[in-house]
Amino acid sequence: MHGNGHKEDIRIGFYVCHCGHNIAGSLDVKSVAEYVKTLPGVAVSRDYKYMCSDPGQELVQKDIRQNKLNRIVVASCSPLLHEHTFRIAVEKGGLNPFYFQMVNIRENVSWVHTDKKAATEKAKDLARAAVQRVFSHKPLEPKHVKINPDVLVVGGGISGIHAALTLANAGKKVYLVEKSPTIGGHMAMFDKTFPTLDCAACILTPKMSQVKNHSNITLWSYSEVTKVDGYVGNYKITVKRKPRYINEELCVGCMDCIEKCVYKEGKTPDEFNAGLSKRKPIYIPFPQATPQVVLIDREACIEFKSGHCKKTCVEACDRNAIDFKQQEETKEIEAGTIILATGFKTFDADKVPYYGYGKYQNVYTSLEVERLVNASGPTSGEVILRNGKTPKMIGIIHCVGSRDKRTNRWCSRTCCMYSLKLAHLLKEHTDAEVYNFYIDMRTPGKAYEEFYDKLLEENVHFIRGRVAEVTDCAVRPEEEGKLIIRAEDTMIGIVRRVPVDMVVLAVGMEPKEDAQDVRRMFNISCSTEGFFLERHPKLAPVDTFTDGIYIAGACQGPKDIPDSVAQAGAAAAQALSLIDRGEIELEPNTAFVVQEECSGCRTCLTICPYNAISRDEEKQKAFINEALCKGCGTCVAACPSGAIKQNLFEDEMIYSEINGLLKLTSTECC
Amino acid sequence: MVSTNEQSTSKNSWEPRIVAFFCNWCTYTAADLAGVSRLRYSPNARIIRVMCSGRIDPQFVLDAFSKGADGVLIGGCHPGDCHYIEGNYKALRRVQLLKRMLKDMGIEEKRFRLEWISASEGERVKTVINEMTEQVRELGPLGMPERFADWDKELDILEKEINRKGETVDA
Ligand code: FES
Repeated sequence: MHGNGHKEDIRIGFYVCHCGHNIAGSLDVKSVAEYVKTLPGVAVSRDYKYMCSDPGQELVQKDIRQNKLNRIVVASCSPLLHEHTFRIAVEKGGLNPFYFQMVNIRENVSWVHTDKKAATEKAKDLARAAVQRVFSHKPLEPKHVKINPDVLVVGGGISGIHAALTLANAGKKVYLVEKSPTIGGHMAMFDKTFPTLDCAACILTPKMSQVKNHSNITLWSYSEVTKVDGYVGNYKITVKRKPRYINEELCVGCMDCIEKCVYKEGKTPDEFNAGLSKRKPIYIPFPQATPQVVLIDREACIEFKSGHCKKTCVEACDRNAIDFKQQEETKEIEAGTIILATGFKTFDADKVPYYGYGKYQNVYTSLEVERLVNASGPTSGEVILRNGKTPKMIGIIHCVGSRDKRTNRWCSRTCCMYSLKLAHLLKEHTDAEVYNFYIDMRTPGKAYEEFYDKLLEENVHFIRGRVAEVTDCAVRPEEEGKLIIRAEDTMIGIVRRVPVDMVVLAVGMEPKEDAQDVRRMFNISCSTEGFFLERHPKLAPVDTFTDGIYIAGACQGPKDIPDSVAQAGAAAAQALSLIDRGEIELEPNTAFVVQEECSGCRTCLTICPYNAISRDEEKQKAFINEALCKGCGTCVAACPSGAIKQNLFEDEMIYSEINGLLKLTSTECC
Repeated sequence: MVSTNEQSTSKNSWEPRIVAFFCNWCTYTAADLAGVSRLRYSPNARIIRVMCSGRIDPQFVLDAFSKGADGVLIGGCHPGDCHYIEGNYKALRRVQLLKRMLKDMGIEEKRFRLEWISASEGERVKTVINEMTEQVRELGPLGMPERFADWDKELDILEKEINRKGETVDA
C-alpha cells in the first residue's frame, strides 16, 4: 500500500561506495549494485570508489539530470558523518535535498563483520530498505533559526579564559561562569610550565585580569549553571550565584578584613595550596585571584556557626562590603552558543594505597609539589617536608592512576613532562638526587624531547619499571628512617629498592566528579572514560552532538596547556563561525497533526516534553507549534488515531524499511 | 531418515533475523563507535535509525515480527540521558505493555529486548547483538508469516465449510 499510487514516476539512483578498501574490502560492492538494479523504481545503480569525493558527488548530479532521477540513495558510511554532504550534493543536482536516504554499510557492516557473504547480504537488505523508503519521501524545507550572538563559557581555567578572550576580542558578548571563587583553574596552581620553564602565574595572570577588565565579558565566579533550556542559537541558561557574604561591587580586595579576623591563624585547609597550608574563614584564594574579592567560608566562620563573633572583619572594612545576610542569587541569561571548558580533576592517590599516600607523610602528589616549589606557596618555595627536613633523595613515580588496568587505562599525556619539570625544579631547589620511575617516557611535543635530554644531562636518574610499592620497612641499614621505593628495573631485569626521603606521585588526569551531571544538563555525551565526547575524534574535535555546544580543554580528555589553548581557540572559532552565519538550518524532522484524523483526545498534550502541542478548544483538535517541536517523534508513536506524522520519519517510511529489511517488497506488506 | 537430513540442512542454513530500532543520539552513535573501533559482531541485526526511542510505535515491533523477524531489539539512551528529556521513559512504558502482549501471542520473551546503550558503549552494542543472536538462534525461527499463512488457510477452509453448510441448509 505504501507509495503505490506514484510508483511509476519514481526514478531512484543508487550508489554504493567502496570507501577505498574500507567497504569494498569486506563486502562485494558490485553484487550489491547489481542486486539493487533489479529492485522496482531503481533507474541507476552504480558502485564508485569514493562517493563523498567531488567526482562522486558530481556523478550523482549528472545522473539526476541525465537520467531524470528523483530519489537518491547512497550506501556508504554513517549518516551522522556524511548525510549532510550528500543532501547538499542532491540539492545542487536540482532535487529537494530530502529526496535522499543514506545507508550505513561501513560502521554498521564492513567495519564490524568478517564474513564477506553475510556482510554482502546485510548490505543488500539495508539497501533494499532504503530504496523502498525513499518512495514515500517528501520535499521539505529546512527550518531556519536565528543565532543569538552572545556566548556562554563554562569554566574559568586556561581553556575557558582563552575562549572567552578570543570571543570578546571579536566583539561578542561573553558570560564566563566559574564554579570556584576565582578563575585561573589548575594552571594558577602550577609553579613553572614545561618545557620553557616560564612561570605559570606570570603568563596566566595578565590574561586573568584581561578577562576581568574586558568590557565584553561578564565574569561570574563562585557561580554554577543549574539549568539549560532551548536549542542552538537560543539557549536559556539559569545561573546560581553563590553568596560570598561580601558585596562584590564594594570590595576592593585590600584584605584588611582577613588580617583582622578573630582567627589569628587559619584552621581550614587551603584549597589553593592543595591543603598544604591553612586559611582563615574569610579569605581570598590567592593574591592574584580574579575577581579580587574576598569571601567567607560559611562552614568555618564563627558568626555563621554561633552568631556570637566580634565581627572584627566588619569593623576593618571601611567600605562596608561585608554582608552576612547575602543570599544566593539566580540569574537567567540567553546565549546562542556555549563552550564547556570545565576541566579535569587529578587522580585520587588514596586509591593506590600501595604507594603510601596519606600513610607516610612524605609522600606527595604532584599538585602538592607544584605548591611546595612555588615562591608564593606554603613554604615560600623552600622544599621543606612535612617532617621539617629538606630531602636529599627524591623518587618520582610516573603513571599513578594512568596506564593501569586497576585504575585508569588511558595515558594522561602530561605526567611524563611535568615529572621531568618537577625533577628539574626539585633538583634546583634542594640539590637532591632525583629518581624517576617510569614505564615509557612520553615526550611528544615541540621541544619536549629536548627537555628530556636536558634532564639527562642534569644527572636525574631514570629507572624504567612500574613501582610495586612504597614502604618504610627497612631491610638494610641505609634504608633506616627512609621510604623505600620497590620497583623492577626492566632495563637490567632486577628488582630495585631505592631509599628516598620524599616520594612524588605523578597523578593522572580524570574527568571531573560532576562531569556526568554537567553533560546531562547540557545534553551532550561522555566517552567511556567519562570525558566529554567530541562529535568526531579527528574532524570535529571541539564540536559535540548537540549543535551550538562546544568543548575545550581537559574536559574532553587529558591535555597540556598548549593543547588546551589551541582547543579553546578552535571552540571559539566554531562558535564565531556559527554566530557570523547569523542563522542555522535545523533538521525539518518536526511533527505535525493531520487535522482531519485528529479526534481531540489530548493524549499527545501531556506526552510532549517541550509543551509544543496545544489544543484548539473550538475545533477540538491538537496543534503542534513547529518552533517548539524538536522532532523526537514521541507523540507520533502515542497518537491513538495515527493523526500525527513526523517529517523524515513517517510511519510509512519506517514500515517500508521494515519490509525492506525482511526481504519483502512494498506491495507485499499489509 | 531423509526428511531429518533435510530438516537439519535447512536448520543449518537458517540465520536469525533481528530488526533493531536505535535512537539517533545514543545507541546509533554507539553502533557507529563499535564500527570505528572495529569491534566484530554477528551480522544478524539490521538497524533502523529513529530520532528517539520514544518514536518507536509498538506497531513497528509487531509489524517486524509478523513480517518474519525472529527478534526485535530496541536501543535507547540510559534513563535520564534521553536527548529529548524523557522519550525513553515513554518507550519503556510501551515496551512493558508490549511484552505482555507478545507473551499472549506465544512469542518468547528473549525475542524482544530493550537496551539502554549510551554513545560511548560501543562494546555494549557488540555484546547485546551477539547475545541476542545466540538466544534467538537457540529458539529457532519464529515464522510468523508461515503461521499467518497457516491460519489463513484454516480460516479459508472453515469459511468454505460454513458457506457449504449454509448452501445445504438453504437448499
Ligand atoms: S534520544 Fe535516545 S532515547 Fe530519546
